[in-house]
Amino acid sequence: MSTLKITDLHVSVETDQGTKQILRGVDLEINSGETHAIMGPNGSGKSTLAYTIAGHPKYTVESGSITLDGEDVLEMSVDERAKAGLFLAMQYPVEIPGVTVTNFLRTAKTAVDGEAPALRSWIKDVREAMANLKMDPSFSERNVNEGFSGGEKKRHEILQMELLKPKFAVLDETDSGLDVDALKIVSEGVNRAKEATGMGVLLITHYTRILRYIQPQFVHVFVNGKVAEEGGPELADRLENEGYDRYLEIA
Amino acid sequence: MSVPVQVRSARPKSTNPADFAAVTGRELDWKFSPVAKLQELISGELDGSRFAYTATEAAGVSLSWIPVTDARIGTAGIPEDRSSANAWSAVTEALLVSITSEDVSEITITRDALGTTARAAHIVIEAAPFSKGTVILQNNGDARLVENVEILVGAEAQLNVISVQEWNDDALHLGSHFARVGRNAELKHTLVSLSGEVIRVNPSTLLAEDGSSVVMNGVYFADAHQHIEQQVYVNHDAPQSKSRVTYKGALQGAGARTVWIGDVLIGNKAVGTDSYEQNRNLVLTEGTRADSIPNLEIETGDIAGAGHASATGRFDDEQLFYLQARGISEEEARRLVVRGFLNEVVQQLGVPALAERIEASLVAELEAGVN
Repeated sequence: MSTLKITDLHVSVETDQGTKQILRGVDLEINSGETHAIMGPNGSGKSTLAYTIAGHPKYTVESGSITLDGEDVLEMSVDERAKAGLFLAMQYPVEIPGVTVTNFLRTAKTAVDGEAPALRSWIKDVREAMANLKMDPSFSERNVNEGFSGGEKKRHEILQMELLKPKFAVLDETDSGLDVDALKIVSEGVNRAKEATGMGVLLITHYTRILRYIQPQFVHVFVNGKVAEEGGPELADRLENEGYDRYLEIA
Repeated sequence: MSVPVQVRSARPKSTNPADFAAVTGRELDWKFSPVAKLQELISGELDGSRFAYTATEAAGVSLSWIPVTDARIGTAGIPEDRSSANAWSAVTEALLVSITSEDVSEITITRDALGTTARAAHIVIEAAPFSKGTVILQNNGDARLVENVEILVGAEAQLNVISVQEWNDDALHLGSHFARVGRNAELKHTLVSLSGEVIRVNPSTLLAEDGSSVVMNGVYFADAHQHIEQQVYVNHDAPQSKSRVTYKGALQGAGARTVWIGDVLIGNKAVGTDSYEQNRNLVLTEGTRADSIPNLEIETGDIAGAGHASATGRFDDEQLFYLQARGISEEEARRLVVRGFLNEVVQQLGVPALAERIEASLVAELEAGVN
């Protein structure tokens, strides 16, 4: 049983117009096996939270804390966070020319586990995971994200999640740009990984559509860098009907 | 004052150094080079005697010294700058590498004892019609070398020429490679430049007959205070000829300097030409400079394709973040990205053992800079 705890988190980013405050006191606690949906309008700070958890250098933590089972995540480098069991499925995965998916996956798995995986079972695991995500075997010889369609990029993110087996996965708008078939495939991957490893999921989304396939126990509505409302799945249903206007008027 | 030469095809040519004016460093073809360090090679006296080498054995490949009066000398091309003419006139003999095998043969010619005396060299690589072969020029040790390499590719032949520069850190190397590709023949030419103080090797290819094709590749890694330059020229002078030029380099450390000038001429006879040239540089640290200049000259409207690309970029922080977010350390992430970037050329070498060794050297270069 693991716990990812975010306490009174304030985060800013440097822009051409100067320092811009984005997160203004976020509190959140996720345990293993739980799925939390973070919903909110554009610019509410959802993605900033995702990137801050992962440690992107662009974001500055002004105050507050993030801990994983009591360990200070903010003290860890980006790769140390991944080794500690945090995973971020990115909204815009970047291309790495000349580095094949096979090489990349093996390098990442070796880094996260601290030792190279046993070759035979690893090849089998990769093949199975790719088949589950309906990815063609030729995929593994392509360069990371190079020439991938939007759907292929997202499947590749979920493939990594299934193989690296994190304690907590943050999915940053994994549903954006997916047609309904791809959305189902990706969602099944998340549910499969959750069942296999008991990981906790932080599902960041603008729309309620993905919540038909991945059921959250908790829903947090982000507005203007803070949690404006929290509740169970029924809150998502309400958002589907009413949208975010209600919160924006208050803000 | 004379009008500067603007197009590559109009550069003066001569085997006599006296036909070229003294080099000042303001000339179009010298203005990026550290001319002060090179004057002794450009216009000084050069030792033109036979040079020392060792070579592997290969069936269907023979080595011999031929006099410069041999009819083959000068048939692939003649000097376009003073240093090349200086070397040309200094030698009395050339090393002939003759390939006659129709099975693939591979030979490595190693030069690691050239010493520190300024010297000239002339090599002729001749691939007989229908032959197949790979010639690796492996360069190590000291050098103050000016050389001309002629490459004659007979009809239907397939020749792979790789010149690897792994000189000592204070070596100076000026080279001109002239290739002439015959009917339906294929040449692959690669420059791998890793170490040496100044490496300026200018390869040119004349696609002389119908259906001739060339791949001209280069991979280079410039460290602090190292100058690596290549002026690449492809002259399409026959119908249905094809060229692909890909040069990729990395720069690391204060004063690391690279120059790539890529000229492609598609002459009026060269209908159906298919041509593409690109240069990409990866800047790893502050204080480096990469010049990248593609030029395309087209004299016929009837071509299949002609394009060029040039890009010089910094290390992409988003690539690093992506890899690190998967648990990969920053050091290893950098290594992956740089290797991936340069791999495109290394993997095309066509000699797996050499590719593996070059890849390891590139990693070592990268790590030397990190520490």
